[in-house]
Amino acid sequence: MAEASPAHGAPAAVPELSEVTRRDVVGRLLKLGAVSLAAALASGASLAPLLHVTAAQGQAKPQRRYGMVIDTRRCVGCDACVAACKAENKTPPGVSYTVVLEQGLGERPDDRPLFMTKPCFHCEHPPCVPVCPVGATFKRSQDGIVVVDYDRCIGCRYCIVACPYQARYSDFAENYPAVAEHTPWASVPSPEYRQFRVRQEGRSPEGNVRKCTFCLHLQDENGEYDKAAGRWPACAKTCTGKAIHFGDLNDPNSEVSQLLKERQAIRLKEELGTEPNVYYLL
Amino acid sequence: MSARTLKLGFWTLGIVLILVGSWAWIDRWINGDRHTNYGSIVPWGLWVAAYIYFIGLSAGSFLVSSLVYVFNIKRFESVGRLALYSAVVTLILALLSISADLGHPFRAWHVLVYPNFRSPMAWMIWLYSAYFILLLLELWFVLRHDLVVGAGRPGWRARIYRILVFGSRDASPETLASDRQVVRVLATIGVPLAVMFHGGVGSLFGVVSSRPAWHGGLFPILFLVSALVSGGALLVLVSAIFQDGLRRNRETVQALATLVLGLLLFDLLLQVSETLVGFYGNEPDRVENLRLVYGGPYWWVFWVWQLGVGTVVPIALLALPRTRRNPAIAAAACGLIAIGFLAVRLNIVIPGLADEQLQGLTAAWHSARFSTDYVPSPMEFTFTAGLVGIGLVLFGIGEWFLPRPEETAAEEVASVSA
Repeated sequence: MAEASPAHGAPAAVPELSEVTRRDVVGRLLKLGAVSLAAALASGASLAPLLHVTAAQGQAKPQRRYGMVIDTRRCVGCDACVAACKAENKTPPGVSYTVVLEQGLGERPDDRPLFMTKPCFHCEHPPCVPVCPVGATFKRSQDGIVVVDYDRCIGCRYCIVACPYQARYSDFAENYPAVAEHTPWASVPSPEYRQFRVRQEGRSPEGNVRKCTFCLHLQDENGEYDKAAGRWPACAKTCTGKAIHFGDLNDPNSEVSQLLKERQAIRLKEELGTEPNVYYLL
Repeated sequence: MSARTLKLGFWTLGIVLILVGSWAWIDRWINGDRHTNYGSIVPWGLWVAAYIYFIGLSAGSFLVSSLVYVFNIKRFESVGRLALYSAVVTLILALLSISADLGHPFRAWHVLVYPNFRSPMAWMIWLYSAYFILLLLELWFVLRHDLVVGAGRPGWRARIYRILVFGSRDASPETLASDRQVVRVLATIGVPLAVMFHGGVGSLFGVVSSRPAWHGGLFPILFLVSALVSGGALLVLVSAIFQDGLRRNRETVQALATLVLGLLLFDLLLQVSETLVGFYGNEPDRVENLRLVYGGPYWWVFWVWQLGVGTVVPIALLALPRTRRNPAIAAAACGLIAIGFLAVRLNIVIPGLADEQLQGLTAAWHSARFSTDYVPSPMEFTFTAGLVGIGLVLFGIGEWFLPRPEETAAEEVASVSA
């Protein structure tokens, strides 16, 4: 991580790009919404409770340890992951489970910037979890994904303060025009946690803290994803440069494990002892 | 200006502030957090700063009251009940402030049914709930005798006393003695409780290793000392104004103001230590947080408000030979200290958060909620002003309603001679 070198010379084009992306997102969401609704109704007949409330600490090792290996050499900074995540999870304005950071690498002779998409790192020792006064956020014992129980969260935002990676967002009950103006889009549910919540004034997740879930609603009943079938985290699925690799870090044959064996990977802010499950290849 | 005009001005200010603030209350309950300016990078703002400010005032006032009810220091006896009343009022303001700050205030009870024993915030909530109950009980036992005696009088005040005695009619010296015993026990339990809950507020910040401005063992201690300074200072001001206090509590005001001066200097020592160690260590995020306090967009909150109004001027007033013997000036100086500590709280909460956790974050995603710039919104300001109004009115009510010991004494003498 290029913490040491300041991110200077951020091109003026970046804000415009993001603006376009955001507007674009709304349009895309409108189209995708109907598709998602149909898919949700088709697949969501069994609303299996995905939130197994178990304290992860002191328990048997998780069977799976989902994580990502993000190849910064392949990332072109297109923000497609950001748009895909928004389309998938239907996050409101101000909430984006992933963002693409641009780091100017200062003294490098080729002056090539470094882009890195930054989802939640689903740390082995997540600092956000112990601080929650009501235990509303926890690390799932079965796959290590850090989740938020929207119905339990009181909205104190202590977890946002405690996260060293700014991976958590507060839902301020703001809405994109399509939702605010009660267009048909407003009744499309978010598949998050397979709870299929429709945005309703004053109801969760409004007033809650929200975060990346590795799109766990796409897991099957055994907790497995299927890349070929498209049940894969939206950001990784859409990545134009194939920079986002996703998989089970406990499976030595998974793509992510192989990449970690072959390449030199780093994790951010190792000094805090959080042990992120998202690695970057430089 | 007559006392009557002052009183009228005080009540008017309180009621106007409440009316202004009620607009923000209504907005808060209709629109939730929509019209606030905090976001996902600076998730805590003015309301959290106001919360730690008010709760510090409460803990400080309470700990000063323990000088009377635990350590039995006669010199401060005349302000003991006022210290307890002040602790109740400021605790109410703190709880109102934090309840508006929660995304789902009506789920606050979750902390009782879904406890997380590893969370400093959960401990803080449990401890101050216990403290609130203890505080009300202790105040009742402190006042009970006077309430029973006063209940026999005509007028509105006595009517309220008749309700508040909860059926107790016994004004005998034996019961008074047993009341004092109960108060002593409650106050003694209260001291560790207050230290733990306000130390807990400091720990809530101090344990967060991702926020270098807060992380460290000094923070809970700094919170406790700051509570004593600000709570003590407010108590000096209130006891000078309250119920003709400047005349009745002249000596106490002076003595208490000296105590506050000593505590303020100790607090200053801790703050200087934090600053120097932080700058010398040169850890980039830590230095950035300090830079935000001393040279950021709100440099004046530190240099003018905290250091000027809240520290240098009152220290001068309390220490210079020309002014230090005047209790009215001492009370005014302590008022400045109490006002200055709101800046101390703001300088803890906001600069400690207004820093990118990873470089380039705010450039990566353009949203007003994803920015290091935080200025409280008009709705946040008016809400907090409304809380101050509620505080003024509650103190005004206390002024009118709290029994004055000399009234009780006069009545008892009258009943004995009759």
